[in-house]
Parts: sequence; C-alpha cells; structure tokens
Amino acid sequence: MTLDVRDLAYAYPDGTQALFGVTLSIARGERVALLGPNGAGKTTLVMHLNGILTAGHGEVVVAGLPVNKENLREVRRRVGLIFQDPDDQLFMPTVREDVAFGPANMGLRGAELDRAVVTALEKVGMADAIDRPPHHLSFGQRRRVAVATVLAMDPEILVLDEPSSNLDPASRRELATILRSLDVTVLMVTHDLPYAMELCERSVILSGGVIAADGPTGEILADGDLLAEHRLELPYGFAVPTPPARG
Amino acid sequence: MKGLYRPGDSPIHRLAPQCKLVAVVLFAVVVVATPRERFWAFLLYALSLAAVTLIARVPVGYVVRRLAVELPFVVFALAIPFIGVGERIEVMGVSLSVAGLWAAWNILAKATLGVAASILLAATTEPRALLLGAQRLRVPQLLIQIATFMLRYLEVILDEMRRMKVARESRGFTPRDVRQAPVLAKSAGALFIRSYERGERVHLAMLSRGYTGTMPTLTDDRAPKTQWAMAAVLPIVASAVLFVS
Repeated sequence: MTLDVRDLAYAYPDGTQALFGVTLSIARGERVALLGPNGAGKTTLVMHLNGILTAGHGEVVVAGLPVNKENLREVRRRVGLIFQDPDDQLFMPTVREDVAFGPANMGLRGAELDRAVVTALEKVGMADAIDRPPHHLSFGQRRRVAVATVLAMDPEILVLDEPSSNLDPASRRELATILRSLDVTVLMVTHDLPYAMELCERSVILSGGVIAADGPTGEILADGDLLAEHRLELPYGFAVPTPPARG
Repeated sequence: MKGLYRPGDSPIHRLAPQCKLVAVVLFAVVVVATPRERFWAFLLYALSLAAVTLIARVPVGYVVRRLAVELPFVVFALAIPFIGVGERIEVMGVSLSVAGLWAAWNILAKATLGVAASILLAATTEPRALLLGAQRLRVPQLLIQIATFMLRYLEVILDEMRRMKVARESRGFTPRDVRQAPVLAKSAGALFIRSYERGERVHLAMLSRGYTGTMPTLTDDRAPKTQWAMAAVLPIVASAVLFVS
C-alpha cells in the first residue's frame, strides 16, 4: 500500500472536531479523487498525509512508514503536496530555485540537483521557463511549475488540492494530460466532478469527517442521491454513462 | 519588480554583487570620515562617482532623478542655517548661523555622495543578485530570507491591494478627505491579515518540501580576485584623496 490511513481522528486546538475516524487505503499507481463538500475535512486530512498535522487518534502510514516525528523528512519526500494557490507553493525568486528547493533540502547538490530540476520541469512542459520569476508566468503555467516542484522530490504519491480551480479550459486540459502522463500514485482533492471522472478511476467521498462512499468514480457520480446527500452535484448538462451492472 | 535596476552589460554590471556592496560601503565610510572643510576632496569624490556612472553607461539624469529620495534630508539640512545658534553672517540680507551653514553643507555633501553611490549600485545590480551578494558576505540568513520573500511577494501583495481598491471603488467609495481614512485603515488591516495568512500557507508549503530553517544554498559564486581588485578601485581612490588632502 502506498498510503494507509487507519481510523484517523483529529480535533483542532480550539476543540472543533474535523475528522471522526477516517480509514482509506490507496495502492501503488492508483489515481483517487477525494470528493466532499466544503468543510468536510478534506484539507485537514491532506495535512495529515505529510505530517503537518499529527493524528489525534489512529495513524497514517506512507509506503510502510508511519507518519511521526522520526520519519517526517522521509515522509515529506514521499508525499508530494500541491497547494491550491500556486503563489503559496512557489516562494523562491526563480523557477529553477523553487523546483530545486525540495531536492536540495533532501541533500541533492550540483549536477544531480540540476538533473532533478530539469527532468521535473520537462515532465510538466515548463523547461523553457527555468530562469523566469514565477510571478511572470500565467496562472496555468504556475500551477504546472507547482507540480514540478513536487515531482523533483520523486514522490511516492502526489496529493493535489483542487488542481483545476481557476484554470481556463485549455490549461485545465493541459494539466490533465500531464497528470495522466505521470507514473505516480495520485490523490486529488476536488469539487470538479468531471475532472475526477476524467482522471481518477476511483473516488472517495469525505463528508462530516468520515468516508461516506468509496468506489469506482463512474458508479459514485452516477448515484445522484448519494451525491445530493453530501452536497455534491454534477454540473448542469452532464451525465455519467451508466456503469455496467456488476455480476 | 524592477525597482532601480537598469539592465545593461557594462564592466560595472558584470562585477560580482558582493564586491560592489563592499566597495559602496567602504566608499561611504571614507566620505563620512572626510573633514567637511576639504571642499576639493568632495569634488574629487563626486568626479569618481561620475566616472563610475560613465563606465556603467547609466544616464546621469537617471541617477539625478533618483536622488529625490534624499529630499527629506535636504529640507532638514536647509533649515539648520536658519535655526542654528552662535556666530551669524548676513547672506543677501538674511541672517544665517555659520555653524548651521557648515552643518548643512556637511549633511548635504555626504548624504548626496552616499545616496548617489547606492543608486549606482542598485542601478547596476539586480535585486536578487544583491541579496546573493549579501549572503556571500555572511549577512544573517534570516535577514536574507525576509528580503528574498519580500522581493517574491511584493507583486502578489500589490496585486491584492489593487484588487481591494477596485472592490472599494466598485461599491462607490471615492477617497476625498480625511473622513474616509478609517475605510483605508481597515483595508490596510485586512491586507495585513491576508498577507499574514499567506505567510502561514507559504510556511506550510516550505515544510512540505523539507524546510528545516535554513535555505539550501545552491550556488557557490565566489568572486575572482580580479573582480575584487576592480571593485576596490573606487574606495582606494577615495581614501587616497582623503589622505592627500
């Protein structure tokens, strides 16, 4: 298992309980969409995956490593978190330095580091922008560079928070192509149900701090009642092809 | 953010930033150490700066216009001869303090030379390079990091500020007089909180990529001796002038 979340519960310091026992396993190479209404605890769950928040109860295991203080460094290399606002993710003066930040913290230097940076940028088609400052890039380009900053660390699993938000249709499609081309496990937090349908074979609904549904994306999105129960709905005019009856 | 930087490819532009930084600081020290009575020394300092300007191919007007930053000091300096005490002389019917005149001259001459040297430094060095230079000179990491983030996020925050302005004006707000100040003050407060929250998110993003308190240094751009020698010319000329005078 690439990711194993067992019975995870968490309350914020002010007492608000956000997660009430989440159990979720993701196998290597899977692409999973994490769906859920606002305030369902999606971001809280994501913050646990690389140890920014520590479990109040239960545990998170990444590629066999429990997320705890001793493993933090290794866990953060293996879990690539991509934040919603690329301006939060890209904090260095140039694209090169930004993509190098992660691998350099992992101890890479010199030619090895350069190679990691260039390879990651090539994977997202942004190698030409290597010496540009991030604020001179378009929003879609910044999001792609944000993906590269994490790819450069050679992660086991890529965790994306609302990857399609604020993207124009072409950038959205370009990002989908890139994500599909990567040979990496993906957990994608999103409200964009067609995007989940396009990219992820499996979907999980997180609602009220627990996993409310877990199954093939097609089946979940075709279940209008299930979606409505958790404040999710397909955009106007969309329909999911009826999944073949399971025998 | 371009700021004062003026792209170019002169020998001054190509000098390593740490060399230029040291040269400007030493030059300023020599200027400040010069007794104010030695008029011609100041003239020679000004001439050497003019020579640097010429070599850097920075238009003189570019430097002069940016000297405006000095204006508050100029106003202060010009006031001293009027409010100064002690022996007084008549200049065109106005009674001025002699000590005050000397003080004003001292401030004006030294500040102008120092500011002009800094403008030349900023005009020929990218802000980012300046920080790398300061880092090589062992300026504390924390200060460098703060300045680096400022460079990166200035545009982002200015953008946010512009959006807030548009939002205010779209709802009929036009700043006319002081009575509207509270609205602007609240906007400033909101901007502060937004920036603070962004800071927290950026910190999370940094932690997620293995940040442990120090920025990884990627480049080892030691300056060759020839660069140091070139940069040394300005402070050496200045100190020679000081000793001869």
